[in-house]
Amino acid sequence: MAEPEPAAQDKGRGLRRRKFLTFLVAAPTLTVAGRFGFDALTEASAVPSLPSLEEVADLGEVIRLASMPTTHLMVLEVTEDTRVRFELPRVEVGQGISTSIAMVLAEEMDARLDDVDVELADSRPALHFNQITAASTTMRVLWDPVRRMAADARARLVNAAAKQWDLPAERLTTNDSAVHAPDGRTLSYGELSAAAREESGNGEPKPASEYTVVGTPVTRTDARDVVTGKARYAMDLNIEGALPTVVARPPTINGTVGAVDDAKARAMPGVVAVTEIPTGVAVSAETFYDAIRAKDALEISWNPGPIDNVSDSDIRKKLKNASHPLAAPKLRGRHLDASFDFAFVNHAPMEVESAVASVPGDGTAEVWMPSQTPIWAQGAIATELGLSRDAVAVHVTRAGGSFGRRLFADVGLEAARVSQAIGRPVKLMRTREDDMKHGRMRPAYHQKIRASYTKGEVLSFEHRVTGVGLDFDHGLGEALTSTLAQTVEGGASQYYFTASQSMPYHVGIVNHTLQEVRLDIPTSSFRSVFSGTVRAAEEVIMDELAERMGKDPLEFRRQVAKADSGKAVLTKVAEVAGWGRKLPPGHALGVGYHSEYRSHAACVVEINATDKANPRVTKAFIAADVGQVVNPKGLEAQLMGATMDGIATILQAGVHIDNGAVRESSYGDYHWTKQGDSPTRFEVHLIRTDWEPGGAGELALPAAAGAVANAYARATGTRPRSFPINH
Amino acid sequence: MPKKHTFRVNGEQVQVDADENMPLLWVLRDKLGITGPKYGCGVGLCRACTSHLNGDEIQPCVVPVSECQGQEVTTIEGLANGDELHPVQQAWVDADVGQCGFCQPGQIMAAVSLLRRKPKPTDADIDAIENMCRCGTYPRLRAAIKEIAGIPTDPPGNGEPPKGPPGDKPPNGKGPDGKGPDGRPGKQPRQDDASSAEGEQSGEKESGGLFDGIKSAFG
Repeated sequence: MAEPEPAAQDKGRGLRRRKFLTFLVAAPTLTVAGRFGFDALTEASAVPSLPSLEEVADLGEVIRLASMPTTHLMVLEVTEDTRVRFELPRVEVGQGISTSIAMVLAEEMDARLDDVDVELADSRPALHFNQITAASTTMRVLWDPVRRMAADARARLVNAAAKQWDLPAERLTTNDSAVHAPDGRTLSYGELSAAAREESGNGEPKPASEYTVVGTPVTRTDARDVVTGKARYAMDLNIEGALPTVVARPPTINGTVGAVDDAKARAMPGVVAVTEIPTGVAVSAETFYDAIRAKDALEISWNPGPIDNVSDSDIRKKLKNASHPLAAPKLRGRHLDASFDFAFVNHAPMEVESAVASVPGDGTAEVWMPSQTPIWAQGAIATELGLSRDAVAVHVTRAGGSFGRRLFADVGLEAARVSQAIGRPVKLMRTREDDMKHGRMRPAYHQKIRASYTKGEVLSFEHRVTGVGLDFDHGLGEALTSTLAQTVEGGASQYYFTASQSMPYHVGIVNHTLQEVRLDIPTSSFRSVFSGTVRAAEEVIMDELAERMGKDPLEFRRQVAKADSGKAVLTKVAEVAGWGRKLPPGHALGVGYHSEYRSHAACVVEINATDKANPRVTKAFIAADVGQVVNPKGLEAQLMGATMDGIATILQAGVHIDNGAVRESSYGDYHWTKQGDSPTRFEVHLIRTDWEPGGAGELALPAAAGAVANAYARATGTRPRSFPINH
Repeated sequence: MPKKHTFRVNGEQVQVDADENMPLLWVLRDKLGITGPKYGCGVGLCRACTSHLNGDEIQPCVVPVSECQGQEVTTIEGLANGDELHPVQQAWVDADVGQCGFCQPGQIMAAVSLLRRKPKPTDADIDAIENMCRCGTYPRLRAAIKEIAGIPTDPPGNGEPPKGPPGDKPPNGKGPDGKGPDGRPGKQPRQDDASSAEGEQSGEKESGGLFDGIKSAFG
């Protein structure tokens, strides 16, 4: 049992907090995009498209603005033993932000990277909207405040040394976590920490030309913990007395508990408690083995769920019927009409949704869970338990993958309810089957596109996106609706769509719309959110337009790409992939391009689709421009992972709904990319520019998805319209 | 009924009271506090719990504890020799294989087992590794295994002789009005961007080796 602590806000910090220098620096600085718009047309054969909202002020910019007022509350500490400690108000889900932030701190402080400890901050409501991990914004939002904070810290340490040595600060230098005098004297940051507390100092972040850490390839700071099994996820924490807990869940989505006979289960070895909760019946026991066995022995009659009579075909029909008709005017050219269907997609992170909760009955609660929106989770859990928000602490644990699955607090709520009911701490874990059958999913979509064109140019591009409602009732949704989203009819989802969807090409009049159909199915944003389907479909149409106009698909994209950076990544990827080379029948190259998050990625894949039912992407090449690269190794990893997601969602992994139930139950029938499905050659080529860091965690998915679909189409001579192709 | 089971885990003798059908995974995690092997599916599919029984690969989520009687179990925690990492662990660090890291204990134990059975695995052998990695770090997994095996790999590239890009020259990073590229906040691009867009690759991984097949470069 966790020991009681007086102030919930300091829970989890009390033990390790020894009072040394704590910087509370980095005044918020408001920077607004310096330049809007797009490059002037340089190609003759393109009809210009107006800039979209995404190009003017995209979602990341809004999240940055929402985060700005509280960036000064972030905490950087220098301890007497020269540890630079930063509480990162984000969650590490594998995307490498702990390493990248450590690099930025080391760079601007002239500290050794090994001396920097980046820890995940507990939920801190004072941070308001600056504790949300989403939309590829972490480095975009934190880049400037963190380096300013670090530069200020360095200035204060230098000033402290200057005072001690009675030397002008300008004559002192810093490196290796120490300040050096011209005569060779040295004081470590630890030795200066206490004195620096009394100093002021405004440091200027370094110019990029002086970087020695940022931009260099750095291995993840947690690599050793990972390979030795020491990395701790929620279920690995040793919270005293926490009882392994699993939940018997209904056979269909959102079904409810009818009658329960738990006599047999309660009599089974190791069982401590059986608790009915809104989502099922929880069994807490001495071990997960005991809990799972007893769960299976429960006799429960279930009430039907709200969609028990609904299957995939019904959902497709609903979406199709709700879809607004295409309305593009018949201009002087011809039309290409197409409609696409995308299945539900389960995030299926390796770590099933899990949380530890301790609700001892003294008016407080503690929850340990990987959360993308811990402040919101804290509030939701407090409301659920009938406690004040300040009495609840949410300790953010590293996640075994997320892909959008950790935006909600579902298991945190379940664990808290059970713990409150039985008065003991619990570690609640979904089984894989729970995670597949009741986990949130990327919504299914029906999308219609009409492009009108003449022989040489595209005149209009209309895209009607109709999907099952995407649940935004979480912290990010709150941030959006509290900032700008209320100005858009339809709330956070519509706002997110509008602020993220942009056609990166000059294709005349562009018209994107989103319609959502309410259906009681649990959903959550999936990596790339709308772009994962919307832009993939558009990339397929770009290929078909090129074909109709007798153009090479890659060259066509280069001609009409709005951004010079887009043209550059397309050029680069064509070169490295050997675009245009001859391949045997059944094999083909495919291209895709995507721009979002102020970044650009072009992808070319080679596919072997001689067996249409078992196609294999054999090679993948990505060229990307993400502005200033913080960690090229981390960036490469993100582009790699998003490529694998593109392969899975286009070729092989989708969820089926049969009479209100998810058909798939595990990785055996949910065919996510495995080693045998992955390309044996994967190359990333970065185009180096000095723009501020753009987002990169989701960037490659739409480009890769488009490339895979197009390669499959070319290899098989088909026109893929329903994804995954082998559903 | 619970029985006493005596076996060795990572070189140490242990004795646990457990139902004979209790999967080794839960014995390790819930009774012995050994949390390196992860639960990912419970039915031997994802293989995040992969460990060794007498040196052979097993999925502890589907091995009853009774089968371990008198045997030697090795988990990820028992692979290193004190502070000295096992060569496969070291190769994993060198190749920066992990992302979220959750599957990596199992991936490493599977790779150790593969390399014991087949010191020079083929691509088909590597393809046959069933361990799920939802972050999709497969190319780095492949590269790390090949590096340990000392397998000479193809030179980087697409398998074709170098060939120029289609169409005209790449843009110079500036519009005709001399302004910078697309509407992104931030500094103006460096002067050398134009040439770097088509210039020589000078990335750190050009030497191939560990990173063969996942070459990165600043183009």
